[in-house]
Amino acid sequence: MSLPFAIIAVLTLASAVAAMSLRNLVHCALALTVTFAGLAAFYLTLDAQFIGYAQILVYIGAVAILIVFAILLTQGGDAPRQSSFSASSVVGVGIAVAVFGLLSGIILTSRALTHEIRPPPEATVRQIGNQLMGKFILPLEVVGLLLTAALIGAVLIAMREKQDKSR
Amino acid sequence: MVETTDQIFVILKHWLLHSVPDQWQPLFSAVLSVAAIIVTFATLFAITTLLERKGLGRIQNRYGPNRVGPYGLLQPVADGLKALTKEDIIPHTADKAVHFLAPLVLVVPVFLALAVVPVGRNMAALDTDAGVLFFFAVGAATELSVFMAGWSSRNKYSLLGAMRAIAQMISYEVPLILAAVTVIMAAGSLSTVSIIEAQAGYWGVVPRWNVLTPWGLAGFILFMIAAAAESNRSPFDLPEAESEIIAGYYTEYSGFKFALFFLGEYLGLFAVSGMGITLFLGGWHAPLAWLEWLPSWFWFFAKLLVLIGGFIWVRGTLPRLRMDQLMGLAWKLMLPLALANILAAGVWRFMPVGAGRWIVCSILVVVPYLVLGRAFAGRSQMGKRVYRFAD
Repeated sequence: MSLPFAIIAVLTLASAVAAMSLRNLVHCALALTVTFAGLAAFYLTLDAQFIGYAQILVYIGAVAILIVFAILLTQGGDAPRQSSFSASSVVGVGIAVAVFGLLSGIILTSRALTHEIRPPPEATVRQIGNQLMGKFILPLEVVGLLLTAALIGAVLIAMREKQDKSR
Repeated sequence: MVETTDQIFVILKHWLLHSVPDQWQPLFSAVLSVAAIIVTFATLFAITTLLERKGLGRIQNRYGPNRVGPYGLLQPVADGLKALTKEDIIPHTADKAVHFLAPLVLVVPVFLALAVVPVGRNMAALDTDAGVLFFFAVGAATELSVFMAGWSSRNKYSLLGAMRAIAQMISYEVPLILAAVTVIMAAGSLSTVSIIEAQAGYWGVVPRWNVLTPWGLAGFILFMIAAAAESNRSPFDLPEAESEIIAGYYTEYSGFKFALFFLGEYLGLFAVSGMGITLFLGGWHAPLAWLEWLPSWFWFFAKLLVLIGGFIWVRGTLPRLRMDQLMGLAWKLMLPLALANILAAGVWRFMPVGAGRWIVCSILVVVPYLVLGRAFAGRSQMGKRVYRFAD
C-alpha cells in the first residue's frame, strides 16, 4: 500500500463517517463533498483521468451544489438535527455489515485474485472519445435524449406552477 | 539568441534541477513550477488591481490612486500591508470552521486551474491528456467555496449573494463549456498543448488562430461573456452588487481572508482568460510571422493583459444586469447560439477548404443570432426612454 493511497483512503473514509454523523446537515453535505473528491483522487491514482475529472466536474460541481440547495430550500440547514441515532440505525448497521460481508466474500472468492494480474488496458481520453463517438454512439444518443427529456420535463413543471399562480 | 530568450525559464529550471540529487528531482520540479505560477500570477494580480483602479478612475473622470509612490505605482504594496494588518473579524454567530475554509477552497482550485494553461512554448506546468477537462473540473469547485462563504457567515446578504453566485455560475458554465467544445472538436484533443499546436502557422499573413474563423469568433465572444459571468465581473457582478446586497458572500470577511477572496477572484479571471487565449487566440503564438523573434511567454502575457484591459473597460462602461436578464441571456440566447456554433464548427470541419465553408458557417452563426436577438428585442418593447419627472 503506497503512501498516497493511504492518505486518500483515510481522508475518504473519515469524511464519509463525518457525512453520516455530523449534527449540522450542511456540514454533512460538505463532508460528503470531501468524500467525492477522495473518490476522484482514487480514480486519478489509477490513471483513469477522464473518470477522475468527470467525477470532480459532476459530483463536486453539480451534485454537491444540488444537495446543498435542497437542504437550504427545505429549511433543513437552520436547525441542527436532534440526534443521529434512532431505532432504524441498528437495522442500518445490520444491512451495512451484511452488504460488506457479501461483497468481501465475493471479492475474496473471485477468480480475479487467483489469476495472474494482466497489465491494465490503456484508456486515454482520446480512446474514450473515439469509442463514445464510434462504437457507442447509439447509447450516447439515447442517454442524451433521456437527459433532454428530463430537462424539458423539469422546465414544464416549473412553468405550469407559474401559470397557476397568475390565474 | 531568440531561442534562448524564448526558453530562458525552461533552461533556468533545468539548470536548477541538476543542482539537486536525482531522486528529489520530480518533487523539486513540481515545487519550482508551482512557485513560478504563484509568484507570476500574484504579481500580475498586484499589477491588475492598480491598472483597474487607474483605468476605472480615468473612465469615471478622476485620477485614481496617485499618493503611494510615483504615479501611485506602489498602491498594491499599501493595499497588501493594509489587508495583512487589519483585524480578522469573525461574526459571533458564524460557522467558524466553514468560514475559515471558504477562502482556501476558492484560492487552491484557481491555482490548480492555472497549472494547465501554457504560458509559453514548453511552459505548461501540467501537460495532461485531459487538460481542458481538468480546467473545467477544478473550476467547478469554486462554486462550493462561494456557497461555504455565504452560508457560514449567517448573514442574509451573504446568503443571497451566494445563491445568486451559484445560480449564475451554474448557468454560465453551460455556454462556457459549449463554446470551448468547438475548439476541442477542431483540434481533436483535450490537451491544452496540442490545442495550441493546432493553431500554429499562418494563412498568408493571417495567423491560423481559431478566433479568425466564423465559429471561432462566435465561440470566443460567447466564451468571454461567459468568462466574465463565471468570474463575477461587471456587468455580471450581481453576487457582489455592493449597492444592493453590500458585498454578497464576502460581506463578513475582513483582513487577509478578504484579500484571499479578492486574489481568488482575479486569479480566476486570469485562468479563464488564459484558457480563452489557449482555445481561441493561438496561445503563445505571435500574431504575425515577422514578430516571432519576441519570446512566446511575452505574447501570452501581452494577450492576457489586453483581455484584462477589455474586462476593465467593460466594467467601467456597462451597468449591472437584472437577475431575470442574467438568466435570460444565459439560457435563451447564449445556450442556443453555442449549440448552433457547435453545428457550424462541425460543418467547417467536414466542408472542403475554400470560400464555400466561410459562407455556410457564417450563415450558421449569424442567422440564429439575428433571429433570436430580434425575437427577444421585439418582446421586451424597448423604445425611446421617457422621463416622467425630469422633463
